[in-house]
Order: sequence, then structure tokens, then C-alpha cells
Amino acid sequence: MENAVYDVTVYVNDRPVKGRVPAEQTLLDFLRDNNFTEVKKGCDNGDCGACTVILDGIATLSCCTAALQADGRKVYTVKSLGTWDKMHPLQEAFVKHEAVQCGFCTPGFLMTAKALLDSNPHPTREEIREAISGNLCRCTGYVKIVDAIEDAARAIEETSREG
Amino acid sequence: MKKSNFDIIGTRADGCDEKDKVLGNIVYAEDYSLPDTLYCKVFRSTKPSALIKKLDTSRAAALEGVACVLTHEDVPNNESAKNVVGQTTEVGLLEAKQRILAVDRVRYYGEPLAVVAAESPELAGEALELIEIEYEELPGVFDPIEAMKPEAPKVHGDNNVISNWQLRKGDVEKGFAEADVIVEKEYKTPRQEHAHMEPEAGMAWIDDMGVVNIRYCTQVIEHYRDVAAVLGLPESRVRTIGTIIGGGFGGKEDLTVEVFLALCTWKTRRPVKMAFSREEMGFGRQKRHPYIMRYKTGVTRDGRLTAMQAELISDSGAYVMLSPWVLLYSTVHSTGPYNIPNVKVDAYSVLTNNVMTSAFRGFGGMQAAFAYESQMDAIARELGMDPVELRKKNFYRRGDETANFQKIPSDVLLDEAADKAMEALGPKSPPSDPHRRVGRGLACSWQSYGRMTYLHDTASSWVGLEMDGSAVVRCGIPDLGGGQRESIRAIAAELLGIPLEEVHVISTDSQVTPLAGTVTATRALYMSGNATKLASENVRSSILSKAAEMLDLPVNELDIRNKIVYSTEKSEKKIDLVKVIRRCAAEGISLQSLDTYKAEFSEEIKSNVIKGTVFNDWTFGAQAVEVEVDTGTGQVTLLKHVSVQDVGRAINVKRVEGQMEGGAAQGLGFGMMEDYLEIQGTPLTWNLTEYLVPTSKDIPDSKSIILESHSGKGPFGAKGIGEPAITASAPAVANAIRDAVGIEVPQIPATPERVFWELQAKKDPAQ
Repeated sequence: MENAVYDVTVYVNDRPVKGRVPAEQTLLDFLRDNNFTEVKKGCDNGDCGACTVILDGIATLSCCTAALQADGRKVYTVKSLGTWDKMHPLQEAFVKHEAVQCGFCTPGFLMTAKALLDSNPHPTREEIREAISGNLCRCTGYVKIVDAIEDAARAIEETSREG
Repeated sequence: MKKSNFDIIGTRADGCDEKDKVLGNIVYAEDYSLPDTLYCKVFRSTKPSALIKKLDTSRAAALEGVACVLTHEDVPNNESAKNVVGQTTEVGLLEAKQRILAVDRVRYYGEPLAVVAAESPELAGEALELIEIEYEELPGVFDPIEAMKPEAPKVHGDNNVISNWQLRKGDVEKGFAEADVIVEKEYKTPRQEHAHMEPEAGMAWIDDMGVVNIRYCTQVIEHYRDVAAVLGLPESRVRTIGTIIGGGFGGKEDLTVEVFLALCTWKTRRPVKMAFSREEMGFGRQKRHPYIMRYKTGVTRDGRLTAMQAELISDSGAYVMLSPWVLLYSTVHSTGPYNIPNVKVDAYSVLTNNVMTSAFRGFGGMQAAFAYESQMDAIARELGMDPVELRKKNFYRRGDETANFQKIPSDVLLDEAADKAMEALGPKSPPSDPHRRVGRGLACSWQSYGRMTYLHDTASSWVGLEMDGSAVVRCGIPDLGGGQRESIRAIAAELLGIPLEEVHVISTDSQVTPLAGTVTATRALYMSGNATKLASENVRSSILSKAAEMLDLPVNELDIRNKIVYSTEKSEKKIDLVKVIRRCAAEGISLQSLDTYKAEFSEEIKSNVIKGTVFNDWTFGAQAVEVEVDTGTGQVTLLKHVSVQDVGRAINVKRVEGQMEGGAAQGLGFGMMEDYLEIQGTPLTWNLTEYLVPTSKDIPDSKSIILESHSGKGPFGAKGIGEPAITASAPAVANAIRDAVGIEVPQIPATPERVFWELQAKKDPAQ
């Protein structure tokens, strides 16, 4: 049984990704091995949040999730958010507010923020701070990240009103 | 004509790579792959001090899928250490050379012994398990004070002290005799881990010209020279290609993965890849030096400093690395930004069997800042004087002479910085609970920017205009995430009068971009910015000369803006930049320039008493915090934080704020929670579960106030901000805790446990 591998199909950014994985393989390694390198390996231990993806609507640490657990489920990475020509309001706000320095933690922060705004469209600054407290950033001191998420929430609301 | 009004400099322009960063498009060091790649892992010591009795790699090498297992015998030149000027034979420096792979003895837990390359990371991991090692444990030394004693076990050679620097100014005995009050205290600072989010990683391969290429995240692409020396190759046969770096803070300044990668690709002739694990980042790489500092300061009743005597002892770990230079920074900065007529400082860096210590943002300056700013508040309390007023009586002014007999060459806006920092805290917050007390603290700092002048620092940059008026800059400086490329782009765009988006900066490739030196020492903007400015001005000058001829106007009347060369006197006189470029092309006039900026040079340091110019200039600033201390638990909560820095000139305002906020967060972590712990050389805080760095719930909404004296030596009067941003945070917190509850804070981080016991000691001094 030691070398047993299992067939999985994970729906990453709405595309089926098939693989044969050992039970211990993490979703993080599965994604990176399949060229979703936008999902970052910062600690591989559940401490830094850089590997955060959205799994069935919930911000999830992919380093603490077995690839097998994601079998048949929907996973979204930062590349699902927006494109060069049409960025997501969160992405626009991160650029505008300089919530990005080295950028390594950014994909994880964006996915945590996306899950937050999906469940709580008008968070207070304290709620934002609480939500992102599992994501570490060593460059910015967090102020501009909180600013950006707050601003993106406003922008999303305005767009939906106009819509 | 000289550029005076700016379109791009001083704005809040978006960066050149942020869009790709938020879209997830950046190919960081670990994201890059080539076909047929091998994966490397390092076999490390699990003893802090031991002889190697047996190191048998045969079982590992025999495992199917393992391409090579290398030990010290496979390393052509197995050492890396340099002499340090000004250090006498009294110190044990030269013997403390670091080996790439340990030979017969290990001196710290985590020391590399062997490196494996295999078909997969899993196989490389299995191979590590098959390496057989037997140790004979040796007595170790883990406390730098113990290590200085004659009977202490020696880490190398016969002397654990590897560096000694001194300051001697005036006569301290006379100065103390003139003092009305003398404050004498001891301070300790922690072993801080860089904890950049991106672990060290990279790839290496040999190209079709036989050149070893290493693509990795480094602050210093000039390490190609070290790699060439280790492999015994000409320097032209090793190329380093830097990536966008996922943070570094000095942690990617020394050698990291490059030598291991080069050795494995050289041995196997295949592409190889590796990344440190977070745990390996813990025990396998350097930290900030812990310091023990004893300060004695004399002051008159009216608040004039008369004398300062200090002893600084830093724990350099098991090898030299950059310890003597870090110690030199601490020594020069140990007085703080204050005029003190009589100064005597003795500083020592001492080998132990602890994890290595080396460069970290602040580079020795911030340990000293914790001591000198704690002293200033202690003095203010003794005198019953306002701490801001006391500082103002003693701040350096432009032209004053430091304790190493060097004149301050730029403006010192510390009066304004201190006032603005305190003012911006606003009304004092009420305590949230009767058991809590609110307090405020200020700390001021000076921090040099640019490398030490005797190192004769230079940076080169190449600027060229294209036929359509867009431009390319080639400059070796790596981008650490602080916006180094962005500043260079802004400077070229401003001087050439073209939009930011039409300047492309190629950076950080040792064989493609002119070498610009390291992204360390707060030197990137100062050095590469000046080099790019020189090269841009050369191209600008060619354009303006030709345009003057075409418009029949004096050249000093012309400027370029939005790709139009125009007269600043008669606005109707103008010509398209592109037309001028075409004329230049038709006449064979080059619109490309390679130029080199040279920092101020000084003589080699001849003595361990530091005298004369050591630094180009300093950035001065202040930080103020408001904290709430729980008198029951010792828990300290940050309520407010303000940073005020004179950056000379802000090239990009958002980037400057980013440095100020991020630097402060790291400095607040240093003051409140960060400490890499070891017991007898065995590490305890390997990963980010145990080693705590500030989260979004620890750092309040910080305010950044930018002052611009235009007096710096960087482009357009800029100073540096990368390191100065971190220096004053920890003493500001300590001073705020003292203000809130009146306890001593002799040691940081000010953890709840430490604050609790100091509160107990205050209640019951007999305890």
C-alpha cells in the first residue's frame, strides 16, 4: 500500500486537471506540479498563507490540504480573478494602493480577500485585519493591504449599483 | 538645461511589475523549470560542535535516481572568507573561514556536510536519509561573554574574538566629571530571523558556451565571482541571472543556494534546481546578531550630554560572514545622532557555536539604536525633562563632527521629525480596561545609506533611446520588491522627457546588465539611481545639443517633456523628440550611454580605532508609538505608530511609504516578539509556528510622514530609506512601555513574560 497512487480530477479555475497522486501529496504540490506556480510555497506548514486558494468557496491553505481531498472539487487560484485587460477590483486596488512590494505573498492575500468579500461585502477594517491575519507579509506592514481591500469592497459595491 | 520641475519624480506612479504581481504572472526563482532537471538537497549537521568521525555517502549514492552526492572532497576550492581592513592580528578572524561543505568538524547546528542531486525532490530527500554520519561531540560555547574568556572552548584557532572596533574622542573621564547625572545600563537584543516570504531557491545549468548559468533570488549577482572561485573557473564562465525577489532584507545577501547549484550542475552536466525549506531557512542560514550593550552616559542638569562610554558585544555565530562590518556600523552609530564631546566605545564580535549571524536590514545600526534611545529616555526621566526637549538640545546639525571625526554632510531635520512624530499621535487614547495603562514613546535615529567609503563603491548603468523615442535601461541592480527598477525607470523617463511606460529596465543579469553592485546597504537608489541619472543626462545632452541646432536656440533654454523638445522661454518653439532622434541617427550621433557613478572614496582603514570618513551620508528620522500595557499579563498592544523620515527627495511617494511602513513593522517585530531561540546551540524556533512575526492584527494603522530636505547625495537630493525605516521602531516601543508602566525594559523583544516579570519586580523589588 505504501506506494499506492490515486486518480484525481480537480477542477482548477474551471478546467479539469487529472493526476495520479500518492495519499500524502498536498494540493499545493499538485497545483505547482501542474504549472499553477502562481500558488506559492512559503512555509509548507500552514503558517504563512502564501499558498491560499479558494476551495468550494472557502479560503484554504493548499499546503495543509491533501490533493485527494480536492478530488472532484473546484479550486480557484489568483489567475481566476482577472486578466491583463480586465483585472478584478481587488487586483486594481492592490496596485493602486501599493499593497504589493515583493509580490510573493500577494496571490494568497488576494484569495483570502476574495473569500472575505464574497461572504462579507462590507467588512470593517477590523474584520479585514481578522480575515487576513493568517497571511503573512514581511514587506508592507499590512496598512496598504487593508486600505486596498477596503477600497475594493467600495468599488465592487459601486459597480453592482451601476449594474 | 538642468531639470528643475518634475513630471514623474515625486508622484505616486504605479510600479512597472505590480500588475503582473497581482495577476500571478511573475516567474519567481522556484517557478522556473527546464527539461531533464535534477533536484538538490543539503545534508546538514545535527550537532552544534563535533568532530566528524565518519561521513559515508555510499548508500545514498547507490540509490537509483541519485545523480551525485558531493562532500568537501568534491569541492575544488572549499572556502569563502575575506580579510577585513583595520583589524590587527589580535583578532581570530583569518582562521574563521567558512567552508562550503564541512571538512572534519561542525561548528553549528545546520552546517552543510554534503549535497545530493536526484531525479526528484522526494528521491533527494530519501538519499539524505541514507547518508551515514558519526560525530564525536566537542564542548561548545554558546554565550559570547563566556566565549571571550581565555578558558572558553575555541570555535576556530585560538581566539573567539574576531573583530574589535573602537571610538576614541575627547576624554570620557573628564566628561563624566563634568556631568551632573550619570546613567548606566545594560541592554540586550534578539537574534532576529529575516523571514522573507520566498525561501531561497534557484536553478543552474551549463549553456552551449560552457558557461555555468545560475538563475536565482539574490541581492548580490556579483556572487558569480565567489562561485567561479569555488569551482576554479574564470569569472567569465559563471553567469548569475537574478529573479524578482520575494523579499530578502539582507537574508539573500550572503551565499545561499548558488554554490550548491553550481557544484551539482558542474558535476552532473544537467540542469539542477533547489529550494530551501522554511525549516532549513531557520537553522541553515544567518540571522541578525544578538547584542549585549553596556552604556554609561553623562549629562549636565540642563540636558547637555558630556560623555558616553559603551561596550558592545555581538554574537557572530560560528563563522565570520559579515560580522566585522556589521560591528563597524554599530560602533560608528553607537552614539546616536547626538553631539557628545567625549566618547569611548569598545566593540567586539565573538564566535560561538550558535547559528551564524550576518547582514539584516539595519546592519548593526538598530541594535545600537535600542541602547542609545533607551538611554536618552532614562536620562530624561532622571532629569525630569521632556524627552523631546532633551534630544533637541543634543541633535547633530549639518557640519557637526561625529565621534569618528567625520562631518555630517547633509541636513538634519530631527527637530521637525521628532515634533511631527509626537504631534501625529493625536490625543492620547484612554485605557480600554482599568488594568491597562497607555504610554507613549519616541525614538530618533540615524542610519547611513551607501556602502562604507573605503570599499570604493561604484555602480554602472546603460541608457539608450530607440528610434520611436522609447528607451531601454540596462542596470545590474536586483529588484528586492522595494521598487528598485521602478525608481530607475522614473529617473530615465523624467530626464528624457518620455512617459514611464516607454522606458524598459533590464536588470540583474551579470553578463547582460552593467554591474551596479548589491541591493544592500540602502544603496540601490543612491548608486544605481545616480548612475542611471548620469547615463540619461549624457543622452539628454546629445538630444538637446542637436535640437538647439535644429531650432537655432541656445541649448540651456531647452527642455524635453512628453516627447517634445521645447523652449522654456518661447513656448511656440518646439520639435518632436523623434525628429531629433532621426537627425542624430542620420548623422551617426550615438544616443546610447554607459556611465559609472563613483561614491565618495576614503583611505583604507588602518587601525581598529575608527577615525575619518566611513560613510557617505546618513538618513535621519523619528518614530513614535502609543501602546497599551496589560498590568496583569504583561501583554503590550500597539495602538498607534508614526514614522517621520527625511528621505531627501521622494522619487516615488508610494514606494517611500511602503518602505517606511514595512520597515517599521519589521522593527516593531524586533521590539515585541521576534527571537530565534536556541538551547546550547540547538534551534527551537525552526518555522513560523514557533518564530512569530507580526500579523495584520499586531500592527496598527501606521502613519508615514515624508520630509524632503533635498540635501542627500542620491539622485535629485534623495537619501536612502530601506534601512533607516527600521532603526527606531524597537526603542520607541520600549520607551512607550516605560512611559505606560514605569518598568525597566533592558531586553527586547518585550514579550508578555518579560514585561510581566518586570512589573512584578517593580511591585516587589526584593523579588
